[in-house]
Amino acid sequence: MKLTIKGRQAMWAYIFIAVPILFFILIRIAPTLFAFNISLHEWDILSQDKPFVFFDNFKTLFKDNIFKKAMGNTVKYVFIGVPLQLIISLCIALLINRLTKGAGIFRTIYFLPYVTSTVAVAWVWRWMFMKQGGVINQIITAFGGTAQPFLDSTGQAIYVVIANIIWQSIGFNTIIFIAGLKQIPRTYYEASSIDGASPWIQFWKITIPLLNSTVVYLVVMATIQTLQVFTQVFNITGGGQGNPGGPVNSTLSLVLYIYQAGFMNNKMGLASAATIILFSIIIIITIIQLKFLTKKVEY
Amino acid sequence: MNKRFLSILLTGVMTASMALTGCGSSSKDTSGSKSKTEDKVVTIEYWQYFYEPKIKLMDKLIEDFQKQNPNIKVVQKHFPYDSYQQKVSAAISSGTGPDIVNLYYGWVPKFVKAKALQPLPEKDFPVDTMEKEFAPMIKVNKIDGKYYTVPTAVRTMALFWNKDIFKANGLDPEKPPTNLDELVQMAKKCTLRKDGKLEIEGLTFQPTGQLHSWFRPILLTQFGQQPLSDDNKKVLWNASENGYKAFEFLVDLVRKEKVGENNFFTDDSTAFINGKAALHIDGSYRLSGIDKQAPNLNYGVAPLPAHNGKQVSFGSFWTNGITKTAKGEKLDASVKFLNFLTSPEVMKEWTKETGEIAARMSLVNDPEMSKDPKLAVFIKQLPVAESYFYVDEGADRKALIDAIDHVLLNNEDPRKALDEAVNTVQKILDEYWKE
Repeated sequence: MKLTIKGRQAMWAYIFIAVPILFFILIRIAPTLFAFNISLHEWDILSQDKPFVFFDNFKTLFKDNIFKKAMGNTVKYVFIGVPLQLIISLCIALLINRLTKGAGIFRTIYFLPYVTSTVAVAWVWRWMFMKQGGVINQIITAFGGTAQPFLDSTGQAIYVVIANIIWQSIGFNTIIFIAGLKQIPRTYYEASSIDGASPWIQFWKITIPLLNSTVVYLVVMATIQTLQVFTQVFNITGGGQGNPGGPVNSTLSLVLYIYQAGFMNNKMGLASAATIILFSIIIIITIIQLKFLTKKVEY
Repeated sequence: MNKRFLSILLTGVMTASMALTGCGSSSKDTSGSKSKTEDKVVTIEYWQYFYEPKIKLMDKLIEDFQKQNPNIKVVQKHFPYDSYQQKVSAAISSGTGPDIVNLYYGWVPKFVKAKALQPLPEKDFPVDTMEKEFAPMIKVNKIDGKYYTVPTAVRTMALFWNKDIFKANGLDPEKPPTNLDELVQMAKKCTLRKDGKLEIEGLTFQPTGQLHSWFRPILLTQFGQQPLSDDNKKVLWNASENGYKAFEFLVDLVRKEKVGENNFFTDDSTAFINGKAALHIDGSYRLSGIDKQAPNLNYGVAPLPAHNGKQVSFGSFWTNGITKTAKGEKLDASVKFLNFLTSPEVMKEWTKETGEIAARMSLVNDPEMSKDPKLAVFIKQLPVAESYFYVDEGADRKALIDAIDHVLLNNEDPRKALDEAVNTVQKILDEYWKE
């Protein structure tokens, strides 16, 4: 086969890419297709027979109150966790951007939680929020307030978990925001202040629009991650003596539901059906976000 | 030149780390064999969860067994407790499981239904002999008239009490409560609250601990309601007023009598070990924990309080079964090993090293076993200890935990909460018995 030089280079590129793609197909695509298949069957993980049950698993899920609770909780995680994360990170990024000295130190401090083990942080958080003896309650009572039940309360438990998620993700979001802020040319701010624009107007008319691509990226990433939250929920409300999913399933997330259905109740078919539903939700939300949030802004 | 060296070094480190993670394995392989014989050696695998005294003891037992049976090699593999069930299920379903597996008794029905275990050979483990010689609680694992597993040791439940707290509250430190009324009265006397905050609880209350096992089967039986139908197909917790009364008694411990709180001092055993609880209901395995963490704790062990003249205890156990993959020589070797594991001599050693109670009734009155007065109380409970039939232990326990949370956290009517729990568990049972 006679190839041009460019052709030969391209051929080598294809060969080199083929290996990771094969790996990717084996590790990601094949199990996903397997999950699609299993969701139409009933399988208790131990036995070899997997009777075909068509859409029964999906029907069961839609009737299951606990699945609905998990969905509701996951919606809470996303709708409260994601905006708060981004707003707080943006504020911190704006402040760090103003620093002339020591920006590096602050960036490191804020980024540290992100590189710490999620499990370790979750456990420390759990102990901090313990009903008795936890640091948070000690501080509250020292200021004269009443100790809160936190993780023992059906209302408060989920917010404790959300707080942990927000705290740990601030670092990553802040760094990306800082990078995004630095791309905005100073000349725009200078020009607008000559024209008499207040900092508030500058923020809304210059900063936010020009940060659009950064915001879209972070929103999509955060949403996808938060929709799949598991580690924090499992470690803060579960593990050992705990009741994973919080009192009366108040912190149960979709992925935790899937884990429990598949590996603790041995209902792999049901768990796979739930993963398909989660997969669809993530895809739909991502497409919507990309379509509606992306704006080409140029000044 | 410098850059080139660094990039080569980096590539080398990355490759090496990938290779190392590739060949690391999470299970530890401890084989205690020194066999170098030329004869055909049959190798069988034994799996249990990681618990250091048991692992060490099993290593030694394997050595003894292999000395007696030079043509059999036993390989022990163990896994962390939290992921043990998942590991075993996944391995058996993929055909890479062991020949003999140590299972929690509550998982046996699931495994039998999935045909992961084979019935114990009738000639080596005849049903009548087993029921005569072993503790009555093993009957919970009789499925279709056959036994698929046999335990080395079992655990029973008893009442722990803190003698110092008793004395400090004017109670005779040598007289623990013998019935439920006394239990509540003494617990109330010992409960200490400062500024509304619980400092010392009278009776521990931990649904995620052993409280659920106290409710069913013990409290239900004592209040006069059989927890399950004889064929284990129907949940009867709410089948009569007695069932509701038993559940109300349970939740009233927190609601009305206020003698304990869920998750007080992290959990029930932590509270008791640290001297923050006067009374605590737990299993025999707790003894070694207390000895290690609080050797100076002044406490005693008593039989569980009676009610309506019924004094019963709860028994749970880890039991050994032969998986479906063991065939031919491996099956014979596995049967020999099981016989060895359930022999009286091995049971005595087991009790000494792990504190679990020998499963054979012949050893109940053995003076050597009853040397430890605290363990002796647990041993004496063996004839009256029942186990509770689980299809899905986690879900069954969760149904009860949720019911208790509904009542205590959301002020739901206990009758409604109990009904909900019964519905949930009934669905699980129905699904299990469907085929």
